[in-house]
Amino acid sequence: MQRHLISAADLTRDDAVLILDTAEEMARVADRPIKKLPTLRGRTIVNLFFEDSTRTRISFEAAEKRLSADVINFTAKGSSVSKGESLKDTAQTLEAMGVDAVVIRHGASGAPYRLATSGWIDAAVINAGDGTHQHPTQALLDAFTMRRRLVGRDAGIGQDLSGKRITIVGDVLHSRVARSNVDLLHTLGAEVTLVAPPTLVPVGVETWPCEVSYDLDSTLAKSDAVMMLRVQRERMNAAFFPTEREYSRRYGLDGDRMARMPEHAIVMHPGPMVRGMEITAEVADSDRCTVVEQVANGVSIRMAVLYLLLGGNEPAVSHTRIEEK
Amino acid sequence: MDKQDTSDMGASDARPVLEGPDIARVLTRIAHEIVERAKGADDVVLLGIPTRGVYLAQRLAAKLEEITDRKIPVGSLDITMYRDDLRLHPPRALARTEIPGDGIDGRLVVLVDDVLFSGRTIRAALDALNDIGRPRAVQLAVLVDRGHRELPIRADYVGKNLPTSLRETVKVQLAEEDGRDTVLLGVKQT
Repeated sequence: MQRHLISAADLTRDDAVLILDTAEEMARVADRPIKKLPTLRGRTIVNLFFEDSTRTRISFEAAEKRLSADVINFTAKGSSVSKGESLKDTAQTLEAMGVDAVVIRHGASGAPYRLATSGWIDAAVINAGDGTHQHPTQALLDAFTMRRRLVGRDAGIGQDLSGKRITIVGDVLHSRVARSNVDLLHTLGAEVTLVAPPTLVPVGVETWPCEVSYDLDSTLAKSDAVMMLRVQRERMNAAFFPTEREYSRRYGLDGDRMARMPEHAIVMHPGPMVRGMEITAEVADSDRCTVVEQVANGVSIRMAVLYLLLGGNEPAVSHTRIEEK
Repeated sequence: MDKQDTSDMGASDARPVLEGPDIARVLTRIAHEIVERAKGADDVVLLGIPTRGVYLAQRLAAKLEEITDRKIPVGSLDITMYRDDLRLHPPRALARTEIPGDGIDGRLVVLVDDVLFSGRTIRAALDALNDIGRPRAVQLAVLVDRGHRELPIRADYVGKNLPTSLRETVKVQLAEEDGRDTVLLGVKQT
């Protein structure tokens, strides 16, 4: 494992499988009366959120607390950032406080990479979503959910997702979840197909390790998992499709479409869902929809990532740079 | 778990101190001792410490079932997350913790490990138990006690006391993991 987790593309197959296997053990802690492990005692982790988030921030915080780390929450609202402080100054403030890891979400693609490679900070950097670039822990928890459902909880240990066919549907253009999933699922041996209106397919997609289709119905029948993406209105600055109704009719998942999926196939959604847009209430509330499971798995995956990045004697512990000053 | 790094032990100069039949005899004896001390082993739960402690616990449970004619709950307790040397090594892969369905509250928990050495593994196991429940009592069974304790911990059931020097290595091999049953005493290569 490397010291930082910036992109799902940085993970090798063995790293990814190790994270999934570790998460499987972490998941068992959730069944205990005392849901706490002493592993990261005395380590300080800052959750640096420049962009709104509910489940990712809460999930990271729960994971950090279950591993006994000291947690500092930082949101851009109500901090010096709203007074005009730069990322560099914020980073140096955190460094001076002796932080061991930074979990960062930022609206600008590449902000976590900049933080990790700039030399501003010695701490391990974990990307919790940057712009339209990457969201690696989301891809890991999605892969974990797929492995549990499609391969099996115990049967899946040590296994990847080879041969599984995954379809990702919706606003691929603005989706860091789609990018991370394509990278990770490809590494794990799955075959990924992206389905979206032509206007929501990014430029350069032909270099991605996946197929692209504009027709949802033809890919559904041969999918082991279908991942629906939210249409990210907040990132849209142009008209990408005529009406919501038309989008929903062509690319939304309703009961009829779900019935045409293979018996074992699951429906996934990274959240937040917009019911009636990309997914109907009937599908969202069905047994085949794993949205709630994905949230629970998110805590296990983040515990695994934190343990593997911070649990040992990795360079993240040394604060030599501070002492030199 | 409390043993020297196994990779540095050349198979050539390692000499067996316990062979397959000895290990079977030793486990039978420990099983009888557990029944004797627990007055029938009514509330015994066996928890093996991965990797080889788990196989020893399973074998002990089978012997106890033979003696008492009752089902003996057996599980595993991974202590990786409770180790005191976590920050001295890269993160280790986790092993399985499997607590039997009825839990450990009010039961007599017998921890099972292959080699007792510094005692630090057992301290970590006691911490881990603390997060899982409150046993009536905790006892410790080990196949080999090689001495050199660094903590005030002792075993209740010992297969073989093996006086060693710190330069020596003790390696337990079990059929389930290594293809054969033996305890090897070797010299650490520096």
